[in-house]
Amino acid sequence: MDFVKKHPSLPAFIATLLIFTLAVTFLSEAYGTGTMSTSFVKTLGKTLCLALVAISMDLVWGYTGILSLGHFAFFGLGGYMIGMWLMFARTKLIVVESMAAADIPATAMEIKDAVGTQIFGVVGSSDFPLVWMFAHSFWAQIALVVLVPGLLALVFGWLAFRSRVTGVYLSILTQAMTLALSLYLFQNDSGLRGNNGLSGLQNLPGLDAVSQDAVSIWFFWASAFALLVTYLIANFVVSGKFGSVIRGIRDDEARVRFLGYSVEGFKLFVFVLTAIIAGIGGALYYPQAGIINPAEIAPIASIYLAVWVAIGGRGRIYGAVIGAGVVSLVSTYFTGGQAPNINLGFYTIKWVDWWQVLLGLSFVLVTLFAPKGIGGLFDLISGRLSPSRKGAPLGPDQGSLREQEAEK
Amino acid sequence: MIRRILAACLVFLTLALSAQAQDRTIQDVLQEHAEAIVKSSRTTIGPAIEAVANSGQPSAQTVLQKWQNKDMWQWSENGFFYAATVDGSEITLTDFDTGDIVATVAKGDVTQLKPNSGIRAMIGAALVQFQLNDPDAERRREALLAIQRDGEASHLAPLRASIETEDNPDIKALKEVTERLLTISFDKDDARRIAAIEGFAASLSLDARAALNPVLSAKLVYAEDLPETANIKREIKPGSEALSVSDAFALMVSAGAATAQPTLSERKSALTEHIIDGKVGGVPVAELTRQDARDHAYQALASEGLVPAFDPAFSMEAAVKGVRFAEVYDEPSAAVTDAAQKTLHTINRAVGVNQFLDLSLDGLSLASIYFLAAIGLAITFGVMGVINMAHGEFIMMGAYTGYVVQQIIPDYTISILVAIPMAFAVTFAAGVAMERLIIRWLYNRPLETLLATFGVSIALQQIAKNIFGTQARPLTSPGWLDGALVFNDVLAISYIRIAIFVLALIFLGIFLFIMKKTRLGLETRAVTQNPRMAASMGINPDRVNMLTFGLGSGIAGVAGVAIGLYAKVTSEMGTDYIVQSFMTVVVGGVGNIWGTLLGALGIGFLQKGIEWFNPSNTLAAQTYMIIFIIIFIQFRPKGIIALKGRAAGD
Amino acid sequence: MEVKTKLKATLATALFASTAMASAAFAECPVKVGVLHSLSGTMAISETTLKDTMLMLIDEQNAKGGVLGCQIEAVVVDPASDWPLFAEKARELLTVHNVDVMFGNWTSVSRKSVLPVIEELNGLLFYPVQYEGEESSKNVFYTGAAPNQQAIPATDYFLDELGVEKFALLGTDYVYPRTTNNILESYLKSKGIAAEDIFVNYTPFGHSDWSKIVSDVVALGADGKKVGVISTINGDANIGFYKELAAAGISADDIPVVAFSVGEEELSGLDTSNLVGHLAAWNYFQSAESELNDEFIAAWKAKMGEERVTNDPMEAHYIGFNMWVSAVEAAGTTDVDAVRTAMYGQEFPNLTGGTAVMNVNHHLSKPVLIGEIQADGQFDIISQTAEVPGDAWTDFLPESAVLMSDWKDLGCGMYNTETKTCVQIKSNY
Repeated sequence: MDFVKKHPSLPAFIATLLIFTLAVTFLSEAYGTGTMSTSFVKTLGKTLCLALVAISMDLVWGYTGILSLGHFAFFGLGGYMIGMWLMFARTKLIVVESMAAADIPATAMEIKDAVGTQIFGVVGSSDFPLVWMFAHSFWAQIALVVLVPGLLALVFGWLAFRSRVTGVYLSILTQAMTLALSLYLFQNDSGLRGNNGLSGLQNLPGLDAVSQDAVSIWFFWASAFALLVTYLIANFVVSGKFGSVIRGIRDDEARVRFLGYSVEGFKLFVFVLTAIIAGIGGALYYPQAGIINPAEIAPIASIYLAVWVAIGGRGRIYGAVIGAGVVSLVSTYFTGGQAPNINLGFYTIKWVDWWQVLLGLSFVLVTLFAPKGIGGLFDLISGRLSPSRKGAPLGPDQGSLREQEAEK
Repeated sequence: MIRRILAACLVFLTLALSAQAQDRTIQDVLQEHAEAIVKSSRTTIGPAIEAVANSGQPSAQTVLQKWQNKDMWQWSENGFFYAATVDGSEITLTDFDTGDIVATVAKGDVTQLKPNSGIRAMIGAALVQFQLNDPDAERRREALLAIQRDGEASHLAPLRASIETEDNPDIKALKEVTERLLTISFDKDDARRIAAIEGFAASLSLDARAALNPVLSAKLVYAEDLPETANIKREIKPGSEALSVSDAFALMVSAGAATAQPTLSERKSALTEHIIDGKVGGVPVAELTRQDARDHAYQALASEGLVPAFDPAFSMEAAVKGVRFAEVYDEPSAAVTDAAQKTLHTINRAVGVNQFLDLSLDGLSLASIYFLAAIGLAITFGVMGVINMAHGEFIMMGAYTGYVVQQIIPDYTISILVAIPMAFAVTFAAGVAMERLIIRWLYNRPLETLLATFGVSIALQQIAKNIFGTQARPLTSPGWLDGALVFNDVLAISYIRIAIFVLALIFLGIFLFIMKKTRLGLETRAVTQNPRMAASMGINPDRVNMLTFGLGSGIAGVAGVAIGLYAKVTSEMGTDYIVQSFMTVVVGGVGNIWGTLLGALGIGFLQKGIEWFNPSNTLAAQTYMIIFIIIFIQFRPKGIIALKGRAAGD
Repeated sequence: MEVKTKLKATLATALFASTAMASAAFAECPVKVGVLHSLSGTMAISETTLKDTMLMLIDEQNAKGGVLGCQIEAVVVDPASDWPLFAEKARELLTVHNVDVMFGNWTSVSRKSVLPVIEELNGLLFYPVQYEGEESSKNVFYTGAAPNQQAIPATDYFLDELGVEKFALLGTDYVYPRTTNNILESYLKSKGIAAEDIFVNYTPFGHSDWSKIVSDVVALGADGKKVGVISTINGDANIGFYKELAAAGISADDIPVVAFSVGEEELSGLDTSNLVGHLAAWNYFQSAESELNDEFIAAWKAKMGEERVTNDPMEAHYIGFNMWVSAVEAAGTTDVDAVRTAMYGQEFPNLTGGTAVMNVNHHLSKPVLIGEIQADGQFDIISQTAEVPGDAWTDFLPESAVLMSDWKDLGCGMYNTETKTCVQIKSNY
């Protein structure tokens, strides 16, 4: 109960998520009235996963002050890990079925070669690259969903924090990391099918008979559950002493270090934890999207992630969820071609052409005029307002979230 | 109908008669080969070209030249070939023999003959005999180029004969070189060939290597029953890099010295063929899911003699052990191959040196491009600490300014001279506007500048798309920047790259001048080190920030013109350079222009170096370069040149 | 929902069977055509043109009275060059907008993204771009060229007509160049070209620094063999490549370059005066001389502006759309399975002056054209073959040589002719 008291947003969030999940279920084609199309259910499910990774971004940026421009790399890696199993298992079922018709039953080696030929086609050889070593095992790949992003974050974070790379430099370094990873995956030699990536992920092996209407709802539930768990974990992490220390690091790293805390250790913990959350988010996202390829982890994706968090409101976890949800859904609306054109007489505004401009300008406006983002609206409701400081600097460091410090 | 056939016969008869009467026209020759000429395929055209060239007709050369230049047309009315000049939709046909204008016809009545470049080269080779002594020096040069491209043994004699009478020294030298090249390839006399080969020692000419290398072409062979006379290059052990064990065994098999074992798939299909009542060789089919069961079944079949024998203990290593393999020259004369080998050795050494220089030039050129793209950022980010994600879009704006100027001013030279200051002005204004409207509110929140300018960046990209469309736009360099500065056949660099290099140097100079020698520079340095102190000294930090940011943006715009000239102009060109530019600045060390220069040089040379190690995968080179940068920053977080003391800030 | 569609389909077929000569439509008016081309992002450069082509074709058809007495309505969506979004938008088109057919996609990866969705929902897609083959989906008609309709004839041209003995295969690093180059390597080896005479290089999308690669290609000529370049370089990267080629002074007589992804549209981004004589292989060039083509170009310019050019994928949509219209008329319904059956053997005059035929493997028979670049950015057609039937599974790779596709009689897109079994009905996306 104490925990809930500390986090007044928690019951509201859980209730909202629950109502939302139930509403979607009752409107869905598989388990409800069918008013909501499966493609929209998928969009909503994916949005929940994006909210998940936005929470991890908020933890690492809004609370710890590390503006990571590489968290989509972890998201993508999670997707690749689960994608490998999905592809392998699905192809194996097809291959075994087609080989059963042959005169001589196939050896295990032949089946593996045939799976390889199907997956890598003519692009590579039929030999499985080393990275596919565990692809046959569901549980091994599930473990890798957590391990691979976690290990990458551990190694990268350890190197970067140890040499005290901070601020903008760290942002650029993380951006370089995601760029390097996406370029590496773009190569066919990397063994993950290059630019084509892993596709057909929405078809779950052995569940051909189940329609996507049902599968989409399952994934929606899973995503909602994962979001809920992450929300709880995130709230737990940022509360209490640990939360105070990471906020301290955000506001003045040097002082926290002088107080005797191992700043590097705290940063590394948050960085690795958020990478794992992002990885899980990716593992849930890509089976709904159907395809993962290196373009997904291009640097721009991670910048967008930061923008969602900024628009939603940094330093509050529900802000990240709101930001990811709003931007992703509005974006779907405008690119869907459903938004009506505006005829100005001399010029017709087509939203397909102007949506990006609107999006870009809204980043600028939010940054300039609403640094608290959409989440700041809740402060208006609760009557929590920042005092006017008349332009005076807020704190000792030019940290990222000094408005918060001025609160109360 | 009959009358027509009769008429046709008559025509044919007259043609035949006139041919007999020794007053064949070139048209007759062409008509004889009309089918091949119209078909226009290199595989069948040979006799036609030869017939024209050897017809002895005075107009043969004209025909070949017109044909080569796609100026020969066929008139559908009579199927004859004419030289034609096109004037709008009207075509004037001229007879080859008489030079008279035959008719002026509409485009639909005639077909143009379009020899492909293979046929054009053959025509060029046939033209050599006419052109070697042509009074026009340019024609003679063309003939020599045709020989270098498609030399034939028959060219050797006329070429040698023509050297004596050549009076143009340039062409004479070219003729002598060409003669030596032909000698290497076609002469029968070994001594002459060796002399010609040795004449090319340390030459960097591509043609020389192209003539020498075929002399040294060699084959891998099974060498146990090689004739004594064979010109052996070297003996080769199987299992070495040059000859794998399986290749060696394959050579033995094809020489009949060994028999191949049935392969895995052959054995499987043999098994399939011998399924009897659900069993193969006594083994039930359902049990054949393991390789050893299959081997067992196959042995059973083999022992019955139903399938070729298979020895599981067989190893290729054992089979090729102690067997001689060798590389044998196609050229029978050892003296010639030795001479060629020696000459080529000296050539390769010179080529190696020049290749290294060429790679260095490439690296330098790439570095200057990175530097030019990053120099604006070195000001806005390096000096002012503003993270401008829209830097790439300023580059793009500069490039589009260049494109627009070129639409208004058609002369490329003038338009470039106008475009550079225009691009500076446009992006300077955009930079100042952005600083005033957005960035100045965020000086205390550097990470948020990143977000706001990113918003500007995607908005600018989309606006550019809406205005200019999604297609790439041409930005053409003036004629004097076409082509390349060629030192030799290995070492060359295009003029446009030299221009970019010079531009980068100029901007380095301008930057240093402004920062060190002008009041603005002094004020900028003061404001960046301590804005309050600077303000109390009477400097207006707002104005200084605005101008500095404008300057950085303006330079980005000029860089855009240069980059657009050498690559492409699209709305997304900025994104190609933004990450690289940031890394250049960070690797070099923020706040120091020499650092940026070193960063650009380091990245440029590093990338070219990695490309050299792995020439078939440029993408890998870029990946490893970025990984290298990441590791580098871990160990030198402040870059190559780190600021010390107060200027370093925190 | 699915049940409803199925029911509708069965009803429609039953009705159709009883009144075979029914002239009135079973289609609900208006007939909806989905256009699934990226209008933003990196691929917008190529795909926007195709969206405009589709709108033009639909307008023209509506002016002629539409199809089955219905007007055709275009539903345009923007997948924004985002591959997962292609799958999402395809699902939206099929289930929310209930389109009868889709025309769309450019890149292979976007097609692979869409495949599972349209196979699941039994949609119909016309894919207009030359591609790497090795695929045959029941729900896709491939109106672009398969490798044997572009790459192989162009390579033959290099071997026979230009006498090229050494090949540089340059490509952007993605699946189309990778697969095409694999096929070509194997084909060249079967033609007696040694492995060391084939140089392969892959570059990233939008690559701009070509000096090293161009000098590598020049250096290939050092052993006296004639060098030719086969380029599968994609999109913008071509501009830098051709500029470097021109700067290095490489004449088409010395080192000819044949490109598979460079058309009129790409050339409009650069000055071609230094590139005259280099080659491209397509099934269509704007310079093709035929009355149909003149009309098509005139209509396009009237709609889009005088400076706009036409290109090969546009012709593919032209053929595909018109064939679909005739198939719908022939089937008397827009039902996917009925239209699919009616598509086989469908003939339509192509713009280069022959007739395109839809084969049972969902590929077209089209002529192969080779053109030389001219100073005005157009191509001079120097070789045109008879119609070549597209081959879904190439004959030049051992694994796929045994495969064939026949949706009409065998009902299988991946049929192994050796074991006489259908490997799989769905695609290997």
